[in-house]
Amino acid sequence: MHSLNTYRAGPDERGHFGIFGGRYVAETLMPLILQVEKAYAEAKADPAFQAEFRDLLSQYVGRPNPLYFARRLTEAFGGAKVFLKREDLNHTGAHKINNCIGQILLARRMGKQRIIAETGAGQHGVATATVCALFGMQCVIYMGATDIERQMPNVYRMKLLGAEVKPVTSGAATLKDAMNDALRDWVSNVESTYYLIGTVAGPHPYPAMVRDFQSVIGEEVRAQILAQEGRLPDSLVACIGGGSNAMGLFHPFLDEPSVRIIGVEAAGHGLDKLHAASLTGGKPGVLHGNRTYLLQDADGQIAEAHSISAGLDYPGIGPEHSWLHETGRVEYVSIKDDEAVVAFQQCTRLEGIIPALESSHAIAHAAKIAPSLPKDHLMVINLSGRGDKDVSTIAKALGDEHLGGLV
Amino acid sequence: MSKRLDARFAKLKSENRAALVTFITASDPDRATSQVVLNGLPGAGADIIELGMPFTDPMADGPAIQLAAQRALAAGGSLKVTLEMVAEFRKTDKDTPIILMGYYNPIYAWGPEKFAGDAALAGVDGLIIVDLPPEEADELVPFLKSAAIDFIVLTTPTSDDARLPVVLANASGFVYYVSIAGVTGTSSATGAAIEEAVSRIRRHTDLPVCVGFGIKTADQAAEVARLAEGAVVGSAIVSVLAETRSAEAPLALVKDLAKGVREARL
Repeated sequence: MHSLNTYRAGPDERGHFGIFGGRYVAETLMPLILQVEKAYAEAKADPAFQAEFRDLLSQYVGRPNPLYFARRLTEAFGGAKVFLKREDLNHTGAHKINNCIGQILLARRMGKQRIIAETGAGQHGVATATVCALFGMQCVIYMGATDIERQMPNVYRMKLLGAEVKPVTSGAATLKDAMNDALRDWVSNVESTYYLIGTVAGPHPYPAMVRDFQSVIGEEVRAQILAQEGRLPDSLVACIGGGSNAMGLFHPFLDEPSVRIIGVEAAGHGLDKLHAASLTGGKPGVLHGNRTYLLQDADGQIAEAHSISAGLDYPGIGPEHSWLHETGRVEYVSIKDDEAVVAFQQCTRLEGIIPALESSHAIAHAAKIAPSLPKDHLMVINLSGRGDKDVSTIAKALGDEHLGGLV
Repeated sequence: MSKRLDARFAKLKSENRAALVTFITASDPDRATSQVVLNGLPGAGADIIELGMPFTDPMADGPAIQLAAQRALAAGGSLKVTLEMVAEFRKTDKDTPIILMGYYNPIYAWGPEKFAGDAALAGVDGLIIVDLPPEEADELVPFLKSAAIDFIVLTTPTSDDARLPVVLANASGFVYYVSIAGVTGTSSATGAAIEEAVSRIRRHTDLPVCVGFGIKTADQAAEVARLAEGAVVGSAIVSVLAETRSAEAPLALVKDLAKGVREARL
């Protein structure tokens, strides 16, 4: 790994992280993308915008959430001292709301009244529907028909919040296809509509903007661990679909060489079978507005991803992760469906915390490496969301038809 | 400008008529049928051919062309097959310009420099890449120039007088005006809106302007043919092909459209 003075300076003025990122969108959208970039640059520098963002995070989202010392998981692993960053305790139950608060303030600033978003697990859809309710804006959520089926509780939540949920049936009917349809909607409604992207992907400025809004996670962790332990953590572990919870945790620590940083992709059925590990099993390509690692065939056709976790079921990854992978600053590993299911149960039984299946991937990797680490090693796992939405998926995975039928 | 496009627009100008530009997706619904349609297009009255490069995620396309891409990929369509189809077409037609239209990732996977050379060799005259705006076009355009392939840019209702010079900086061949803010094959723009947009584009370029998106009938094509140098029809042809899965009906539609375009300025 070659060392840079800083890993936190990107992207450049064209939205590139090394060769990754950029603005690969239809010309119809370009003027609007440039407007979003300009509006965000102004908002970022505006103390009033930042103050309102911070105030909503505190009063509405419930931040800061705890950095919780997981005593029983630590004992079970028998090595590193494990902390859980409790994004699951945020209003709406996941880290997604942090970004939605930031972007809805930007949309209002830009005079937009109609919000569209894509969602996989439904957490971003719920968070978007929530901020739209709060700000009285029209909300349309694109969601793959496959995901609608496996995340039904979140679909109802979105509808209760006043959003229109549009089922997407093209392709494998998951997150990638939902993003295609959201982009088609945006091209057709450029004047009225703001696209509230849920992860650190898409055309510039989205990857940087979503990272900035999510960086509250890592900033809090830094302050909390200094207060609780008197020093920086030794390692950070977070799951990655598009990678927003991970980027939010990682970014404030990228220039701390003592902090080992690990991103966990979804290995689905296994890396030699259907999976969603773009960095491990993909190569650089262009999709959904950015260049990044993608699962694809030799002809450049995008492959279908698979993960038991709808939120990780995406054949790409945020461009900054691709760059951090190539620079070697962040280690990227992967965890299979069945390993995530075991970790889900372990966290639930030992800590009384039901983690999202997405976050369970991070816990599963921690379980692998923590035992061989010293007892004074401080490890922070991002518990990016709560797992209530996954109960029926877990029941099905465990073969509990009775429970599966109940939920 | 590629020699074929140059010659074709010069000929059309001398005849005082607009071009009928037709779109089909390569390998839709299968390679053999698609080749028959492709080879039959000039005889049916197509002046310029846009050949879609099938892609799994056609983000700017409506249902008709999305489904065309899915059928093509299911039938074994690929960028390689698309170039082979162009080469096959060139065995019998040396004059009709062929423009490849699609998304960037398959070209990026092929390698932009190598692709430009291979496409020129196959007989390709121009390229329209939907998701390669001027901000990112530097990684492809120089290679296309070396290979004498035109980079045909898309201008849209959102391309105002400030944006147009940026978009047109790389343009050659002709300018494609996307007449609606939307995806292919959905709504149609009014003649007045098209006229205004075309005159705005003409303030910034001398290149011919072809208008597409939402043109479905001979009457609509004729109206556009009075306002611009070309009318592009895609989804309507693709839909007929999907319904019949044979070459006759789409080629009959092209004949009808060509009649509209050819009689438009009489």
